[in-house]
Amino acid sequence: MEANLTPVPTKSRPYRRAGTAWLLSAGMVAILVMLPVLALVYQAMQGSAGLWSHLLTNVLPAALTDTVILLCGVGLLAAILGTTTAWLVTAYDFPGRGILEWALLLPLAVPTYIIAYAYLDILHPIGSLQGTIRWLLGYTNPREFRLPDIRSITGCIILLGFVLYPYVYIPTRAMFLTQTANLIEASRTLGVSRRSVFWHVALPLARPAIAVGISLALMEALNDIGASEFLGVRTLTVSIYTTWVTRSDLPGAAQIALSLLCVVVALIALERWARREQRYSISAQRSRYFEPHKVTAIKGLLLFGLGSLPVLIGFVAPASYLVTHAWKRFRFAGLSSRFLDDAANTIVFAATATVIVVILGLVVAYAVRLRPGPSATWFYRLSTMGYAAPGTVIAIGVLVVVGSLDRFIDKTTIAWFGISAGLVFMGSGAALIYAYVARFLAISAGGTEAGLARIPQSFDHAARTLGQTTEGTFRYVHLPLSKAALTAAGLLVFVDCVKELPATLLLRPLNFETFATQLYGEAARGTYEEAAIAALAIVVIGILPVVLLSKVGRPKG
Amino acid sequence: MDGTVASKPANAVLELNNICRRFGITEALRDVSLAIVPGEIICLVGQSGCGKSSLLRIIAGVDTPDSGVLLLKDEEIAGPSRFVEPEARNIGFVFQDYALFPHLTAEQNVLFGLKGLPKKEARERAAEMIDRVGLYPLMKRYPHMLSGGEQQRVALARALAPSPSILLMDEPFSSLDRGLREKVRDETLTLLRALGTTVIMVTHDPEEALSAGDRIVLMRKGQIVQTGTGYDLHDRPNCRYAADFFCAFNKVPGTYRNGRIETAIGEFSCEATLAEGSAAIAYIRPQAISVGQDKGHIPGRITGRLFLGEVEQLTVQVEGLSEPLLVRTMMRLPATTNTIWLTIRAESLLAFSAH
Repeated sequence: MEANLTPVPTKSRPYRRAGTAWLLSAGMVAILVMLPVLALVYQAMQGSAGLWSHLLTNVLPAALTDTVILLCGVGLLAAILGTTTAWLVTAYDFPGRGILEWALLLPLAVPTYIIAYAYLDILHPIGSLQGTIRWLLGYTNPREFRLPDIRSITGCIILLGFVLYPYVYIPTRAMFLTQTANLIEASRTLGVSRRSVFWHVALPLARPAIAVGISLALMEALNDIGASEFLGVRTLTVSIYTTWVTRSDLPGAAQIALSLLCVVVALIALERWARREQRYSISAQRSRYFEPHKVTAIKGLLLFGLGSLPVLIGFVAPASYLVTHAWKRFRFAGLSSRFLDDAANTIVFAATATVIVVILGLVVAYAVRLRPGPSATWFYRLSTMGYAAPGTVIAIGVLVVVGSLDRFIDKTTIAWFGISAGLVFMGSGAALIYAYVARFLAISAGGTEAGLARIPQSFDHAARTLGQTTEGTFRYVHLPLSKAALTAAGLLVFVDCVKELPATLLLRPLNFETFATQLYGEAARGTYEEAAIAALAIVVIGILPVVLLSKVGRPKG
Repeated sequence: MDGTVASKPANAVLELNNICRRFGITEALRDVSLAIVPGEIICLVGQSGCGKSSLLRIIAGVDTPDSGVLLLKDEEIAGPSRFVEPEARNIGFVFQDYALFPHLTAEQNVLFGLKGLPKKEARERAAEMIDRVGLYPLMKRYPHMLSGGEQQRVALARALAPSPSILLMDEPFSSLDRGLREKVRDETLTLLRALGTTVIMVTHDPEEALSAGDRIVLMRKGQIVQTGTGYDLHDRPNCRYAADFFCAFNKVPGTYRNGRIETAIGEFSCEATLAEGSAAIAYIRPQAISVGQDKGHIPGRITGRLFLGEVEQLTVQVEGLSEPLLVRTMMRLPATTNTIWLTIRAESLLAFSAH
């Protein structure tokens, strides 16, 4: 009877699981983002041993010292400014508090290189501000009296601190608003005074938020190239730039970039450590908003003045400087064709990168939804890692990848057709787009993932049982429902691309300028011409996400 | 387990053969077999996590079985040789959260499943279905402008519009308020019966299952425990789990002899396939104990009273039993009554092995 036995089908699964194509695409995106970093490590290993010792004795000690001092200073200043302002607008009720709540976000619109650019002129020893001070004090000559030079590491710390504190302000304020109300009221009934509530309850509670905020601010500080360069601070980022641009030493630049990456990793580790065992950061409990304390009119005026100080220094002063100088320049010469070229370059490149970043971010985020599991999660993590890497690091990595690809294509076309293709990717600016994608993918992937996570899984099943394929479900259900998230992500990416300086400087094609590089060039040469208009354009575009953020952070009802 | 599939009906519209599904180490479904005939309303019932929702997802095709075969109208739709995508199965689904698309109006939600029809026909069909659930005037509203009951009816219209061969419903009434729930349930079932729809409905509520299903499938830990009509499952449960699921029994230990169970409160005849002289447990329904103020077989002392409206539930301590008996009576006892007499009507008594 054995012959009659039909073979039992063993675990064969003809059932194809939906989303394999998405998962594979997400894997490819992850490789695309990781490639520059891997290439960087490879390139750094290529350098001779002599190069390492040269770096270790001549470049790294000074650059590392400057970088660490800068990070400590900026971290401390941003923490103090961000935390106190956050406490001010949540704990006290005074006239103008509502305005201050969102105005405190405005410095976010000013990139570090623009604040440095503005203040170099504002505080110039023979500029109008110092002139006025001298006139008021009765001096006639800069030699008799001048403010301490802004071109120093202290100046750099102060300027960066005043534009980067919103990174601390945002999460800390959110924490004060949502998490502490009940606890603070409870501690007051237990006999803690209003003043010591801040030190003993609110501040320890907000520690995780402050840690996150500081680490974000320091990432920006590490990424900065303009401010440090203009103010004469030789950080690692500046060293990478000069090593490549002035010495064309790619392995050397790669080695410094690798050291910078180590600093980033250390920073992330430090942040994790700072909020260790802080599991209470998000509680599902519905909590009330913190009821602010009403103060007297005089005290209120004082608080408002205190709270608007960071806004004045970080936004109002540089912005009004830019407006007046841009207007002067415009009255004098109008908009030159060069300016319009820069505008076109800036917008075309930022828009192209945005479209690609949004699409690739969608691929990565959608794979997580369609095929949840370790592989999708890893692809997501790897593709969003670029955001932590400073622009110069990404740029050097892209340079290694794209440079060798270009040489390979060039050699091949010469060998096969006898014509040189030239530097296809570098020359066309594709390398720059690549860098933007690698660096900013986290913004779109994160935003899209969060948007998709709000769509219940039952919607997918409903669409499928109603006759839609996976693709149809995506098109008719997911896409319309995550439009807001995609738009917001696109806006943020666009603005970041417009503001981006270090990677743009390193990877732009020859004779190609954007607003940011134009500004950098003029500031570096000390010729303050059209840069004010370009800077103003960047700040105006930079205000867009601030508007978005101020809406998100507002408590409802 | 007995009572899974006695014999395969010839005209089964859906047939499940030995369906298995694991999630990591948990066995969500183990060898589930079931056949459903056209026009039947089946209630899948069991505690949460028993696998009833997993089974529904596998039938719909949004999840795949690890082994086993699923046949729809004698065609394999999931199994070793073939897998039909959910959109190609023509199976309707009403979700617990209704899953109405918030960016579409009620009408557009219903139209969503009618993409295959010409525009005009689709519109007519959608209007007809919305009318049948009584929402014609609210057709142009978005889901957030509708009440919970109205949303449920849109979800029903949407699932029924493409004339599915089977309608699956996952706890369709659980998010409604108690009063509304019964009304919507009655209306829904009336409509489904009028349309002759074949329905598989998941619920965790025993009463809902008893009242709604032509046939009830009781599940536990991924397996079918008992299948049958509501009367079968309620009156003739095949195991202690099934008995406990539908009724809060009094459990009195005893010994089984000569077709009778001997307990501390008397001997009762009962049908059970138990070994002679084995330890058994008598299952006595609270409503099968009658109460007398001065007449009866067993004296008892009232230790608790719970007035439920139509009936009153008494907790009665009886000599010889460690646990008090629960008694449900329509009699109104004076508040001062302390001791009463109980009589047990043996006809609904069940006996199960104590092991």
